[in-house]
Amino acid sequence: MRARRKQRLLVILGLVALVAIAVGLTLYALRSNINLFFSPVQIVAGEAPLERQIRAGGMVKEGSVTRDPESLDVTFSVTDYVEEVRVHYNGILPDLFREGQGVVVVGRLQPEGWVRADKVLAKHDENYMPPEVAEALEEAGYAPEDYQDKAAEVGERLDAERRAGQE
Amino acid sequence: MWAFIHKLGSPKVFYALSARLSPWFWTAAAVLIGTGGVWGLAFAPADYQQGDSFRIIYVHVPAAFLAQSIFVVMALAGLVFMVWKIKLADMAATAMAPLGAGMTFVALLSGAVWGVPTWGTWWQWDARLTSMLILFFLYIGVIALRGAFGSRDAGSRAASVLTMVGVINIPIIKYSVDWWYTLHQPATFSITSRPAMPTEMWLPLLIMVLGFYSFFIAVTLTRTRNEILRRESSKRWVRDLVGEAG
Repeated sequence: MRARRKQRLLVILGLVALVAIAVGLTLYALRSNINLFFSPVQIVAGEAPLERQIRAGGMVKEGSVTRDPESLDVTFSVTDYVEEVRVHYNGILPDLFREGQGVVVVGRLQPEGWVRADKVLAKHDENYMPPEVAEALEEAGYAPEDYQDKAAEVGERLDAERRAGQE
Repeated sequence: MWAFIHKLGSPKVFYALSARLSPWFWTAAAVLIGTGGVWGLAFAPADYQQGDSFRIIYVHVPAAFLAQSIFVVMALAGLVFMVWKIKLADMAATAMAPLGAGMTFVALLSGAVWGVPTWGTWWQWDARLTSMLILFFLYIGVIALRGAFGSRDAGSRAASVLTMVGVINIPIIKYSVDWWYTLHQPATFSITSRPAMPTEMWLPLLIMVLGFYSFFIAVTLTRTRNEILRRESSKRWVRDLVGEAG
């Protein structure tokens, strides 16, 4: 009886291991297709197809956003801090769109190396914080990427100040 | 130790024990979800970028946690059922599946609703979103497969095998945001690392997660009791029980 249990256990574990390997190899083979977007480095290296709908992802470069005052036309650069790609877009941007924010641009890559966007999606990071904490961090001169390390600290300090203010 | 586990595997013993346990979990679930819900949705601070839409996190994250945990628990139950032939494990797996499917649906729906104001889209074929959708189909598949056989035992075995194989999807969901470029951001909430948000936002989330887990345990206990009565209805002890009540 014990031997039978052991046999069943081994058969099940073997089955699961085999399927896991099959799935793992499939995902490995498809890895470039599973990525939601191309990074600027990949686009500059010519890995993205021309004139077909692609997605490009990265950060909106600081100081790169120019808006046409007459229309909804906007151009900006998407960067991964190594390479950058210029994006032209005509339409309404998501609320979270701003310089230094992650975006995914859906559009067509032009032969000259810029992207004509049909749609701009905002990415956001996993760091959430109340507005007053964010303000305090900005005043203190921290860049958004340092926020995570400092947010808890500043939040506690603000709490302590508020409590002290009430007393 | 083994004797105790063996005894627990008996539907009759479990039926008596769960009767005493389940009210505690129902109470804990109501208190925790009530507290966490009101705190998170009304009193926790809004996010500096997303404003109030950030509050969806208090439903989305606990639901996504449960969706994955329930599947893992079902796979373990399937293993216990297949290797040790403990029927109670299969009854529990049967009882959990609809809740798991429901939680997966809640996670997908709340994620889509959250995606509109933040990302600007309901849906993208992003690795995290897609693997979560596959989990939903796995749940539906497990529930359907169980009912697709003439004999209950064949259905149980097929459902157990599908659950054990399908559990491979769980690490894919978890690491999808690290392995590939996705629209979905990395994990916010983890037991092993420091939270990426201040305590006043994180604490209600923790309470909600604990509340959802209590809810899962409470639902599972109660539904497993029903399943026991259904399957053991011809047994002596169930008849005695019903005789007593009626």
